[in-house]
Amino acid sequence: MNVMQPIDRIRGGVHEKERHESGHKHVTGTAEYIDDIPEPAGTLHAYLGLSERAHAEILSIDFDAVTSAPGVIGILTAADIPGDNDISPAHSHDDPVFATGKVEFHSQPIFAVIAETRDAARRAAAKVKIEYKDLPHVTDVMEAAAADYPLVIDPLKLERGDIAAGFARAKNIVEGEMRIGGQDHFYLEGHISFAIPGEDDEITLYSSTQHPSETQHMVGQVLGAASNAVTVNVRRMGGAFGGKETQANLFAAVAALAAKTYGRAVKIRPDRDDDMTSTGKRHDFHVGYKIGFDDEGRIEAVDALFSARCGFSADLSGPVTDRALFHADNCYFYPQVRLRSRPLKTNTVSNTAFRGFGGPQGMVGGERMIEEVAYALGRDPLDIRKLNFYGGEGRNLTPYHQAVEDNIIERIIEDLETSSDYAARRKEVLAFNRKSHIIKRGIALTPVKFGISFTKTEYNQAGALVHVYSDGSIHLNHGGTEMGQGLYTKVAQVVADEFQVDLDRIKVTATTTGKVPNTSATAASSGSDLNGMAAANAVQQIKARLVTFAAERWGVSENDVAFEPNTIRVGADRIPFSDFIRIAYGARIQLSAAGFYKTPKIHWNRSEGRGRPFFYYAYGASCSEVSIDTLTGEYQVDRTDVLHDVGKSLNPALDIGQVEGAFVQGMGWLTTEELWWDAKGRLRTHAPSTYKIPLASDRPRIFNVKLAEWSVNREETIRRSKAVGEPPFMLPISVLEAISMAAASVAEYRIPPRIDAPATPERVLLAVERLRRAAKNG
Amino acid sequence: MTVQIRNSIRFLLNHRLVELSTVSPVQTLLDFLRLDRNLRGTKEGCAEGDCGACTVLVGRLLDGRLKYESVNACIRFVGSLDGCHVVTVDSLAVPGGGPLHPVQQAMVETHASQCGFCTPGFVMSLYGLWMENPKPSVEEIEKALQGNLCRCTGYAAIVRAAEAISTIGDLGRDPLVLEREAIGQKLAALKDGKRVVIGEGAERFMLPATVDDLAEIYAAEPAARIVAGSTDVGLWVTKLMRNISPVVHLGHLDELRRTIVDETGITLGAGASYTESFPVVTGHFPQLTELWNRIGGEQVRNMGTIGGNIANGSPIGDTPPALIALGASIVLRKGGQRRTVSLENFFIEYGKQDRLPGEFVEAVRIPFLNDNARYAVYKITKRLDEDISAVCGAFRVTLNVDGKVVDAVIAYGGMAGTPKRAGNAEAVLIGADWNEVSIEAAMAALGSDYTPLTDWRASAEYRLLVARNLLRRFYLETEGADAVRLDRKIKLAV
Repeated sequence: MNVMQPIDRIRGGVHEKERHESGHKHVTGTAEYIDDIPEPAGTLHAYLGLSERAHAEILSIDFDAVTSAPGVIGILTAADIPGDNDISPAHSHDDPVFATGKVEFHSQPIFAVIAETRDAARRAAAKVKIEYKDLPHVTDVMEAAAADYPLVIDPLKLERGDIAAGFARAKNIVEGEMRIGGQDHFYLEGHISFAIPGEDDEITLYSSTQHPSETQHMVGQVLGAASNAVTVNVRRMGGAFGGKETQANLFAAVAALAAKTYGRAVKIRPDRDDDMTSTGKRHDFHVGYKIGFDDEGRIEAVDALFSARCGFSADLSGPVTDRALFHADNCYFYPQVRLRSRPLKTNTVSNTAFRGFGGPQGMVGGERMIEEVAYALGRDPLDIRKLNFYGGEGRNLTPYHQAVEDNIIERIIEDLETSSDYAARRKEVLAFNRKSHIIKRGIALTPVKFGISFTKTEYNQAGALVHVYSDGSIHLNHGGTEMGQGLYTKVAQVVADEFQVDLDRIKVTATTTGKVPNTSATAASSGSDLNGMAAANAVQQIKARLVTFAAERWGVSENDVAFEPNTIRVGADRIPFSDFIRIAYGARIQLSAAGFYKTPKIHWNRSEGRGRPFFYYAYGASCSEVSIDTLTGEYQVDRTDVLHDVGKSLNPALDIGQVEGAFVQGMGWLTTEELWWDAKGRLRTHAPSTYKIPLASDRPRIFNVKLAEWSVNREETIRRSKAVGEPPFMLPISVLEAISMAAASVAEYRIPPRIDAPATPERVLLAVERLRRAAKNG
Repeated sequence: MTVQIRNSIRFLLNHRLVELSTVSPVQTLLDFLRLDRNLRGTKEGCAEGDCGACTVLVGRLLDGRLKYESVNACIRFVGSLDGCHVVTVDSLAVPGGGPLHPVQQAMVETHASQCGFCTPGFVMSLYGLWMENPKPSVEEIEKALQGNLCRCTGYAAIVRAAEAISTIGDLGRDPLVLEREAIGQKLAALKDGKRVVIGEGAERFMLPATVDDLAEIYAAEPAARIVAGSTDVGLWVTKLMRNISPVVHLGHLDELRRTIVDETGITLGAGASYTESFPVVTGHFPQLTELWNRIGGEQVRNMGTIGGNIANGSPIGDTPPALIALGASIVLRKGGQRRTVSLENFFIEYGKQDRLPGEFVEAVRIPFLNDNARYAVYKITKRLDEDISAVCGAFRVTLNVDGKVVDAVIAYGGMAGTPKRAGNAEAVLIGADWNEVSIEAAMAALGSDYTPLTDWRASAEYRLLVARNLLRRFYLETEGADAVRLDRKIKLAV
């Protein structure tokens, strides 16, 4: 037995600023995305034929020019589907792969062309002649309400207390409305699926999906095959942000159908424009609100209706609109409250998951209400925020009856107020605005509280598979997907830490339904919470066997066997990890385990609007200062300070990246990213030339991002960390509010600015004009 | 004059010479790399030159100097690469797990990649910047990255990477710097002065040997499609799937890129890219600096030409309003015949220009401002950089000693079917005092000059309001008012 000196610590354990496991491959172009996989000989390519009407009956389809185009092998329509022509993730049976009889939104898929090359398939698809009979269409959410369009799914109501009494008691009541725009995901890698047919009913897919298990089930459903015949793989995605949670299923189903039909490998990758017009986005919302408050600004009652543009089918609109309601309170206690959702059908693409999952829209609505109170009373909105934070006797119950038990928002705000020098800078901004006539400034400090867990309780489970090979190298596989967030890195750090081995001993392999079954979408910020725990569980199982083995083999107590950095200590002896594993293998110890985890404590009764849907909350705050040009509406973010809570970070470098990235993405949503449909129901902002996500030069001119290093998750999460994917997306609400303050300065801050999102230069200028007129007339 | 013909194109691709005799006129460099050569490090993000995931460097000799520039491979036609050196991300690091290039190492160390899909494009843009400017300022980094979208990182880490490159590697030891002379000689050897013709009939493209040869080819075949930078025509192929053959490329014609400066103005070769023309244009017209820096992204400025921007007749092209207000004219050539047309008159109506079959834009003439003239251009967009104008306003006024307006030229883009002058507003100003009252009157007159449209870039209401307010901005700036525009120079880091 070798005797080794222990090394202090392993390389790449938890809480380390470890690099992204694929960083060196990203920069060299060797990280393999699905379109980079070498195609087998004979690979065919599919391309979708899309509706050219927003709402119409299909009278006839003439495919002659399509099938006779060069390189075309065939076409596929709903009639070619052996199973169900449905991929509704809500099981609402309202989401066909191919439209039949009528189309319900512009760019809805009707058929697919299969050809020798992608270019041939794409050109051929454009040659179809379809005769339509137009039906009236509605794209706007309030027009849908006015036209009595149906709801795509049952709405939710959250109610606590007695709002009538609350409003009766309130000295001040304000009513208003707000529009909040949607958002395209603009993942840099568009949707793609690649299917290889196998024996019998088997099929192997490579799909750019956040939810391989659902893709597996949907492909099975379309093919009429059981799940055990379908294997879905994904090594990484070039960004997803929720856009590949359900939307990948369409492309996977078409690739699989074509591969089984023609017995050849088939790839499908839409052009960016088609990706943007034919896949779902963030929901646009209309919020109608009524708020009662006292003369100090303390809220008495809130009544709000959140109407969402859901598109033509249910998709995830139920849980998305639910989550909007769950976050309409943000950090504030509403003594009497009623919140209702209205998930409206429209003749637009079916909206879907997007980072925050409705939560951001709910929170923007909630912060608008705070802004109303502040402007009504002529107060700093931050004072109104502090007055209404959860906390204090009888003031910690949410509208869904979950108690806020882990509240740290006051400390976050206090720290950020100090580090950003908010009070002094607000004074400077006010002074600047008194003397500057064209350029105006605004500053705002806004909080975030975001609930962590899938509100669909069954999704809060995960599996992992860990093998230790006889050479001591470790293979890790889990149900989470890598879309850039660094999940593979973090979970590998957890495994390294559990085994106490250096990180480079661990290889994370592509997510596949064949290794870990029945996984949940990598969504709801849950990736490392769930998969980290499942992987730790797998390691613990293997370690338990090894400890038992070592105790027996060397005749020591199990307490005298310990996993120390890259060694196993048995009594007073230390054995290098690889040597120990070799010995354990020789003794026929099982060196592989499937780990499992389910989130404790959570429950949710939707029909009663009551429960504990969230395991815990993540908190954060940001302070932004902006300048606007009152001649043009142009603006820039001069400075942003962020303080964000990730509990005890698994990897501070990756978490900072998540916070910075989410901030800029959220800022884009609230400023320049505008979805614009024309009178024919066509989305006209369907490419980066027309849909403007932030550039490097749009990020705040000064951008200070810090993690709340003192924070530790009070719940038993993986190494006391907190989820980080979605919560920071809502930090840039401070930008919207700072822009609003700058605009409000033209009316001496006496009139609520009420700028809708996105606050494009146009909306800002028109608000300035409106406020100037109101000031003059009032 | 007899022109010799070559039926192949030749260029360097990373370390190899490529010679192609069969290549489609619409073959993009990106598809060629990914599908023909299996070089899959370069990604397709948008296929319209807006996201930069496909960024590669193209080196070319211009007046004997080898310069590498970032370009969008998705809208660059392979046919335009004759005599060039194409450098892709695949060639940067030592293969087989060898050391990373300093640009790549910096990106890894600063955690500047998340999903990694945009990363190869960022690496190439930063490499192009580093070669020209090893210690760039944050503003210079942002400018170099205007054509690269990242959806994950929020860019902070990428900017940190860009700042760190020179602390990691030495430009003097970069392979492309060390081999510059040898590569230059190889490229020089590829220039044989021949006309290149590839393909037949309707599937054909040509690279004229000289500008005279271009004139001859185009006069004989006016239905051919002239392609300069392909930053617009590229999208006709990748988005509209239009057949543009036969194609005549002119990007390789150095003589069409030359600039002449004389006592009265500058004459820009129509084939000069925005990047090439930047020093001379902004040197003589510093008022054009911001506009020039906000045309497309860096890759588009490296490819796109002023001649192309004018010839395609877009109502929202970046340069025409600015040039119309300067009184610019263009030289149109057909065969051996040339005529000069004022730029303003070139634009007849939407989709229609004063260009005869077989005529091409050869040069753009910009007269210098007289000493008393005040001139400014303002581009208003939804996003600051790499965006198409909602409204672009250009203003030139000349005052006499009494402060009266003796000349006023006002032109807008985005307000009508063509870049168009504001005749009524100009008439109000000419002869009037240059003061608040006259400006208000001219602003009102703009309502009779334009009936703008509502589209996804802006509403008619906003366009007219901004057009008016830009005139006010111009007035305030000529009066020296403080804080009329956003302060873009706020300190960029803490």
